[in-house]
Amino acid sequence: MAGLHKSEFENPVIRWVDSRLPIFTMMQKEYGVFPTPRNFNYLWNFGALAMVNLVIMIATGIFLAMNYTPHATMAFDSVERIMRDVNFGWLLRYVHANGGSMFFIVVYIHLARGLYYGSYKMPRELLWILGVVILLLMMATAFMGYVLPWGQMSYWGATVITNLFSAFPLVGDYIVTWLWGGFSVDNATLNRFFSLHYLLPFVLVGVVFLHIAALHITGSNNPLGIEVKGPQDTLPFHPYYTIKDSVGICVYLIVFALLVFFAPNYLGHADNYIPANPLVTPAHIVPEWYFLPFYAILRSVPDKLGGVLLMFGSIGVLALVPWLDTSPVRSARYRPVYRILFWVLVLACAVLLVCGGKPPEGIWVVLSRVATAYYFLHFLVILPVLGKFERPLPLPESISRAVLADGGGGGPLPGGAAAKPMEKA
Amino acid sequence: MAESAAAPHPAPHSGGAEVTKRDFLKLVAGAGAAVGVGAIVWPMIDSMNPAADVLALSSTTVDLSPIVAGQAITVVWRGKPVFVRHRTPTEIEEARAADKLRLPDPATDASRVKPGHDQWLIVVGICTHLGCVPLGNRSTEVRGEYGGWFCPCHGSEYDTSGRVRRGPAPANLPVPPYAFEGDTKIKIG
Ligand code: HEM
Ligand code: FES
Repeated sequence: MAGLHKSEFENPVIRWVDSRLPIFTMMQKEYGVFPTPRNFNYLWNFGALAMVNLVIMIATGIFLAMNYTPHATMAFDSVERIMRDVNFGWLLRYVHANGGSMFFIVVYIHLARGLYYGSYKMPRELLWILGVVILLLMMATAFMGYVLPWGQMSYWGATVITNLFSAFPLVGDYIVTWLWGGFSVDNATLNRFFSLHYLLPFVLVGVVFLHIAALHITGSNNPLGIEVKGPQDTLPFHPYYTIKDSVGICVYLIVFALLVFFAPNYLGHADNYIPANPLVTPAHIVPEWYFLPFYAILRSVPDKLGGVLLMFGSIGVLALVPWLDTSPVRSARYRPVYRILFWVLVLACAVLLVCGGKPPEGIWVVLSRVATAYYFLHFLVILPVLGKFERPLPLPESISRAVLADGGGGGPLPGGAAAKPMEKA
Repeated sequence: MAESAAAPHPAPHSGGAEVTKRDFLKLVAGAGAAVGVGAIVWPMIDSMNPAADVLALSSTTVDLSPIVAGQAITVVWRGKPVFVRHRTPTEIEEARAADKLRLPDPATDASRVKPGHDQWLIVVGICTHLGCVPLGNRSTEVRGEYGGWFCPCHGSEYDTSGRVRRGPAPANLPVPPYAFEGDTKIKIG
């Protein structure tokens, strides 16, 4: 039939739809038979986990918004009402608040995975950059969400972060007034933050779609960092990776549930249960834990503009990694020096995370300066230079060769090619 | 259209830099569209700036008579805290003495008060670093080494003229626009 897509589905209803709008064919191609490297480890679960997390945030957020009042005099009380009076309101709010933390845990691991296995290298540069855009959008969304309960931390966090823009010469103050819609953080600010907090997650959905679309053009990287050479290197996504992802999702949900049901306020700040007071700044204002490394970078510089530029630069530099890293080898498994320096970078980030939560004095200032210096050194100096001098280990010929050679490394393998390791077992 | 009829396929890069009527029309249409989009976007952007009612609430009157020397109060102006401090003669002297030092944001004490009202220091109580409210308006709070205010957020210290003396803050506490209405009353804004 002219004009209709030739559907391979048997079910008449599905076939009728699919011939006119081949979404079933597309799903089958992209998530059913999609050829996926056969040697993924569990670090490859975190993309799927992030997607699940985004869905959880949107679902809980929509229902919270039904009971939330975005007004400076009513927001705090409406959140307390959600906690006390609304049926399961406490659950929605605790899932949403801790979901923010889980989202960052998942995405930071996902990102570190990319750095370790060189997933940002040709041809996946744009895929990586879209990931950095996702990170920025997430940060903006989480920041504005944290303002909504209108507690002391909400208010003063909003004040300090929006004031960052005043560091820019000439236009800084106009930008800040414009962001606030007034002369301080106030009702106008709360209203627009709510509007944007509702909007940005859907923008995120759009960018995630592009991220996945780009992924399905280049195909996934894998722990060996070598390209797929043929069908013997891949498995169909379903059922192999749908199952592996499901296992990961169960573990993730267990951790999530532990947080929500046993320590729902562990990652929060008690000060945020005090209503916002524009005349009194709490003694220690600290952002949510997932912003602490950036906060530490900000405070490690004694100059206001310098601190702000360095903080934004610390994310900007990530977008440049595909060009900063000059090594042709992707996976750190075959880069003996990079493999060590990767962990030094992780350590530097951990130090920054701790320092960001401490008062900016004494040893904490020194430590955050050292860690900030290493962070930038790693990306701007070590990555470009190391690629030229490091002697990579010999790469395996192909994924299937490597996997079958060590039998245990990738776990027992189903499918025709796996017959040999099964004999060994 | 006459040109395009004469040369049915005017390849964009053929024959060097021939400027056609079509190029001109494209430019004009593009520029027109850009102006149009700008004209629609600007109202949206500007709607985020302070609204008329926010601007209208922009002056506050303060009665100074109950504030004794050495004491300070906080009033709200445009949603921001404003410190109104009745300085003691020693505090004024300290501030004047510091005029000669190298200050991060140089300003004389005289330029920060109204002539004849040296005892009254009126400054916006918002740290010029990242906007926290410095401590020190109550005499029980820490005032830092320079006797003015101390910001708990990142440790900036201000003197008895509200000038930054130490810490990451780049500028002095700003003096809001205000005028004396009689000896014991001011209008801020
Ligand atoms: C990327 C996804 C999202 C992230 C990272 C995020 C993050 C946050 C965070 C950190 C809070 C503060 C929680 C607290 O301490 O109380 C919050 C609050 C809130 N969010 Fe979201 N959110 C997301 C999506 C959404 C969506 C899609 C909606 C609405 C459709 C929404 C509606 C709300 C509401 C109404 C609140 C205030 C109630 C409360 O404080 O719990 N969120 N969000
Ligand atoms: S806000 Fe006052 S020192 Fe940073």
